[in-house]
Amino acid sequence: MAVAVETNEKFTAYAHPERLVSTAWLAEALASGATADGSLVVVESDEDVLLYETGHIPGAVKIDWHTDLNDEVTRDYIDGADFAALAAAKGISRDSTVVIYGDKSNWWAAYALWVFTLFGHEDVRLLDGGRDKWIAEGRGLTTDKTEAAPGEYPVVERNDAPIRAFKEDVLAHLGKPLIDVRSPEEYTGVRTHMPAYPEEGALRGGHIPTAASVPWARAAAEDGTYRSRPELEAIYLDEAGLTAGDDVVAYCRIGERSSHTWFALKYLLGFDSVRNYDGSWTEWGNAVRVPIVKGAERGEVPGSN
Amino acid sequence: MTTYKLPAALAEIVEDFQALDEPERLQLLLEFSRSLPPLPERLKDHPELLEQVVECQSPLFLTVEAEKHDDGDRVRLYFQAPPEAPTTRGFASVLFDGLDGLTAEEILAVPDDMPHQLGLTRAITPLRMRGMTAMLGRIKRKVAGGLRAIEPTA
Repeated sequence: MAVAVETNEKFTAYAHPERLVSTAWLAEALASGATADGSLVVVESDEDVLLYETGHIPGAVKIDWHTDLNDEVTRDYIDGADFAALAAAKGISRDSTVVIYGDKSNWWAAYALWVFTLFGHEDVRLLDGGRDKWIAEGRGLTTDKTEAAPGEYPVVERNDAPIRAFKEDVLAHLGKPLIDVRSPEEYTGVRTHMPAYPEEGALRGGHIPTAASVPWARAAAEDGTYRSRPELEAIYLDEAGLTAGDDVVAYCRIGERSSHTWFALKYLLGFDSVRNYDGSWTEWGNAVRVPIVKGAERGEVPGSN
Repeated sequence: MTTYKLPAALAEIVEDFQALDEPERLQLLLEFSRSLPPLPERLKDHPELLEQVVECQSPLFLTVEAEKHDDGDRVRLYFQAPPEAPTTRGFASVLFDGLDGLTAEEILAVPDDMPHQLGLTRAITPLRMRGMTAMLGRIKRKVAGGLRAIEPTA
């Protein structure tokens, strides 16, 4: 059974307001006891694997993007059986409302939400502003262990095609809109990893031909919440040149930052076809015989003129 | 796994980690993150004396000094990392507890892959372990390159 959707002026303007909740909404839902019967499950997903343990929203469970959602052997996500086991262990049933939040403007939370969506989990929402906003508002954290009553989760095989792009898909997509959400230094090829982040071993620096550069954080306001619909439209439509109905692929370095943008395009601006290319630059930058463009210009699809 | 090349304090920490199962190892790393000492006052207002280890996931700054003693220099380590980066703080704290006050020779003899002996690679992921390896590497490079000398504090 799902929990009622939040309505407020900011969210109403978005294409899918049911995908966001505010900190005030969550605080009220927690106070009303919605987590007690598993109808609402709050999930924290952070970059730092120990941050949850230093204090989390009362009743929240932890899902780690790397240790829980990635397959250890293949460069892929876990399969349907593993996801069912993970969800059930966290107290999540197929009809639970799942609210995900995390550090760094929900960047990893959006990634977890995207993986939940690969498995077709129907009601999964982001806490607008994430962990930092919750703390900034003086709302409580706890180190108490969350005891989740096991959920009932069926084995559902992932359906990657609608929201996930592989390298071959991107090659076939060339000529249609691409959004590169990495830093300008990564886009131009000055560097192959984020400033102040580990080098992940891309052999070439640059971007996929024709990709528009829109660093992911531009979609977030100072308090970590998503920008309003008019602000997002100014960035992605007016500046980057997307038009309604476009088929869009977003990418970054390993697919996490672009999940944040994928969410904005898919649910806030309402593009039906948005895929996240999770292989991203660590794959494209190293792949044999795929074209790249260096420098600040978007460049052209090879062989197009 | 042999740890015979490690200095005593570091060897003891490695043994403590290895004696635990995986979830408990994470808990121990969390405890280390809480015990990382703050920078001394004389370094707090001098960011130019610290350098950033960019391979870490979160901002980590460190500096290394040689403390003069009659029986030779002792290497002193100082770290700074924000509270919202417990993993990075935990790594720094392990290195502080295991290496602070040793001689340059002892620190240079620590194997570069020492972080992997903690048995955290699976629980933390190789990507995240790289930050600690980078921290150790930076400390060793600084020690090998010659250190700023300081007098012992009373």
